[in-house]
Amino acid sequence: MKDDFLVFDHVTKRFGALTAVDDVCLTVKRGEFFSLLGPSGCGKTTLLRMLGGFERPDSGRIYLEGRDITDLPPNQRRVHTVFQNYALFPTMTIWDNIAFSLKLAKKEKGEIEEKVNAILGMIQMSEHAWKYPNQLSGGQKQRVAIARALVDRPQVLLLDEPLAALDLKLRQHMLIELDAIHDQVGITFIYVTHDQGEAMSLSDRIAVVNKGRIEQLDVPAKIYEAPSSRFVASFIGDTNFFSGEIVSVEGDYCTIQPEGFPAISAYNDKNLKAGQRVDLSVRPEKIRVTLNPPLPEKGAGINVFPAKVKDIVYQGVYTKYWLQSGGMRVSALKPHSRFLLDQEAITWNDDAFVWWHPDDGYMVEAK
Amino acid sequence: MNGRKSSGKAEWLTTMPSLAWLALFFAVPSVIVLAFTFHGHTANGGVGEWSLSTWRELVDPDYPTIVWKTVRISFEVTFWSIILALPCAYAIARMPKRWRSVVAGAIMLPFWTSFVVRVFAWKTLLHPDGWLQACYLTWLKVCDWSFGWLPGFLQRFLVWTGFATAGHVDPSLATILDSETAVVLVSVYTFLPFAIMPIYTAAEKFDFSLLEAARDLGATNFYSFRKIFLPGVRQGVVSAVLMVFIPVIGSYVIPQMLGGTECILIGNKIFMRAMQNRNIPHASALATLMAVTVLVPMGAAMWWKRRQEARDRRKLDVRTNRLMTSGGAS
Repeated sequence: MKDDFLVFDHVTKRFGALTAVDDVCLTVKRGEFFSLLGPSGCGKTTLLRMLGGFERPDSGRIYLEGRDITDLPPNQRRVHTVFQNYALFPTMTIWDNIAFSLKLAKKEKGEIEEKVNAILGMIQMSEHAWKYPNQLSGGQKQRVAIARALVDRPQVLLLDEPLAALDLKLRQHMLIELDAIHDQVGITFIYVTHDQGEAMSLSDRIAVVNKGRIEQLDVPAKIYEAPSSRFVASFIGDTNFFSGEIVSVEGDYCTIQPEGFPAISAYNDKNLKAGQRVDLSVRPEKIRVTLNPPLPEKGAGINVFPAKVKDIVYQGVYTKYWLQSGGMRVSALKPHSRFLLDQEAITWNDDAFVWWHPDDGYMVEAK
Repeated sequence: MNGRKSSGKAEWLTTMPSLAWLALFFAVPSVIVLAFTFHGHTANGGVGEWSLSTWRELVDPDYPTIVWKTVRISFEVTFWSIILALPCAYAIARMPKRWRSVVAGAIMLPFWTSFVVRVFAWKTLLHPDGWLQACYLTWLKVCDWSFGWLPGFLQRFLVWTGFATAGHVDPSLATILDSETAVVLVSVYTFLPFAIMPIYTAAEKFDFSLLEAARDLGATNFYSFRKIFLPGVRQGVVSAVLMVFIPVIGSYVIPQMLGGTECILIGNKIFMRAMQNRNIPHASALATLMAVTVLVPMGAAMWWKRRQEARDRRKLDVRTNRLMTSGGAS
């Protein structure tokens, strides 16, 4: 385990009565774009601060390239942080901000100039080199903060909600840039965020953190499609939960009887037995909404339920529906891959059908 | 621009009271003091006819020495006050919010006791049998010892400027009471709150995450304090320097009570001329002299600094232009 690039080995951190990080074990690979994703107060920032050297764990060790860095002060680890508020030095020019770590490392003047100019070119900020931070826009400050942390090629770059202070348009733009920068420098990025969209689009792997523990650690698609817990399923994207008891098992499939809803057929990948309780998660985009039931040739064994349309949110790319079916409020998402106006419109209080294939549900938790 | 124009009148109205106050209690008295210097004095302590006799009297070989001593002691007091105030202000600004006001209040607490009473209390503390006397002798020995290590030209410079005394001090004769050290010590004690407060105010607004960022990038604690914190609270330090330097320049109670024969400052001279000799024009002339001594170098320094800043700005603009015309980084 110590041979991995970056290792959290049973790390625990308490603040008074609160356990911010609870016995976390974690390994990160070299060059990976790794995200810590979770709601605010879940302990993800504490994990990052321990890695940066600003907090010391109460127990457990942290290894970087086989070396125990748990007790090293921040200035003795080659781990740099991009802070949420950028923390650019206001009394220094952009150039001096970026050159800060190189000057501290007592690099030669020519080398400093070469490196700073190169990274300024990379972030396309060369013409702003001799300005002060307060003369820059939010996105520019963000790029400078990243350049300042990357210029002396740290072993790991930590990003603490770096896009939280930017507006939506800029955030989307910076996402692409961050990805490009990561590809260019090949340094391990550890990215802390509460925004699942950012984490999903950037990361090689995501650790979903909740209450100081890692709920699931996997590639984005696995986290989304096969969440390991009810928390992960609901935190990452929208979902419909059907909680109930397995009443029968038929080969690879089983039948679940939820409370206040007709029996549902689901793929039994966990080999559960009849009588066990389970949460079935069905993502809205997996559920189809039509005014007529699906034709029989669409496949037997499909889950079809009558439902009444309650709410509609039209988004252009797709429409989101909320329907009342049995005792459940089901959300469904209908992408518009065909010219919408040629189709029969579904409107409020229509009697419609919701249906999905048993393979498209995922049983998250057996209790 | 428009909004600014319309608010001009209102702004003028709101600044009127303070402007009037300044005119009445600062500008007018200053002019009166200046006018007095061009008068003679009467035997009974009145202000005499218009004449230049007062300025002629001012050519006294003692005065340059005393003025320089006053400036030197003011520098020393300011220096030590800032050195002590910086870590204090830093520490207070980093305390939890609840504690900050408590400690800041504690710093202001001595002002509830009369200044003269506090200085008088120092007389007891500085008594030749007291422990501060022992500290003083050790301090003298340390100074003497380290002085010996300095290069010759620096030794001569320090003696010439009065920061050091030539030859060894006889410990049996050296007492901290009635010494220059006592004046500096008690002045620092008195004016330290005036140094802490402006720096603390600046430090409270300082973004301490910048220090974390500096540490993160490889800086030691001391380096980030020096390179990030100090420039960050520069405005506060500048006000602190003024808040200490200006009152010390004119102080006369502390040297009067604790300086003995060792330490007569310009404030004492002004006091003597005005209250004992009843020579108001002479006292006015000394006060004017003192003000000029301080204001001229200060004004020059400010002018130089502003010019330097403008020059720096131009330099950065030129660099930016050069970068843009050369088509970005290499």
